[in-house]
Amino acid sequence: MAITVIVLVRSRNLFSVVVMGGIYSFLMATVLVALDAPDVAMTEASVGAGMSTVLLLSALYLCRSEEAKSLRGLWLPLAVAVTTGGMLVFGTLDLPAFSDPAAPIHTHVAPRYLNDALRETGVPNVVTDVLASYRGFDTLGEVTVVFTAGAGVIALLRRRRNRKQAGPQ
Amino acid sequence: MNFGSHFSYAMTVFLMMAGLFVVIARGNLIKQLVGLGILQTSVYLLYIAPGKLIGGTAPIISAQFQIYSNPLPHVLILTAIVVGVATLALGLALVVRIRETYDTIEEDEILARDHGEPAHDGA
Repeated sequence: MAITVIVLVRSRNLFSVVVMGGIYSFLMATVLVALDAPDVAMTEASVGAGMSTVLLLSALYLCRSEEAKSLRGLWLPLAVAVTTGGMLVFGTLDLPAFSDPAAPIHTHVAPRYLNDALRETGVPNVVTDVLASYRGFDTLGEVTVVFTAGAGVIALLRRRRNRKQAGPQ
Repeated sequence: MNFGSHFSYAMTVFLMMAGLFVVIARGNLIKQLVGLGILQTSVYLLYIAPGKLIGGTAPIISAQFQIYSNPLPHVLILTAIVVGVATLALGLALVVRIRETYDTIEEDEILARDHGEPAHDGA
């Protein structure tokens, strides 16, 4: 995965960047399966690797697919990224170790859902329980966000079509 | 504390910084959006990885299993993925519009155009 990302950062051909992005998303989905998150992995594989790639490719079809050489220097962004990364790694040293059953994330709210969700909702998949039953209102909010984004895309692209029709006259 | 116990965090930070670097250093708008996507996926990893328990299984209740990974990060990240693709679509629509108006998707050329200078490719 790291190799894919490095190739992606260095590549200037936007088509290969998009394809590498798709490969990266599939690898991320595989990692998520290994981390016992099959629901998230399925969503990432279909939405992240599938839909995002299709969207990016259709945008590339409308734009030029070669990246120009950037005029700005690379050292300042690199320094910013490395410094921030170093500070973040320093911060993670205080976090609980990987797969520590005593970590706060496993002791606070999750056991309640894991113990009572089946009895309260009758659906064995706890992720579905929380998403659709306990926090169904938040999911409604999520749908609102997606609807707003879709409306925005239509508004932006429709203006363009109108202008194109008016252009040749 | 050893290296292995925090490897997932280090990997997350590496991906995050790669995304950040692309967003800052590259002038191409589509490439910046891909970099933003990498930054976003690293956050998925940041949330999901601590929820995993070695020897556990996916949070689907069954009589055969006793240990489950934490379901709450999964719920949060499902929402984040869907919202992420929505923002990506909106960003790409903006890029297409910018391409229509400026005839380029390079940040430098757009800035040059805004300041009244001729574009680098002479278009």
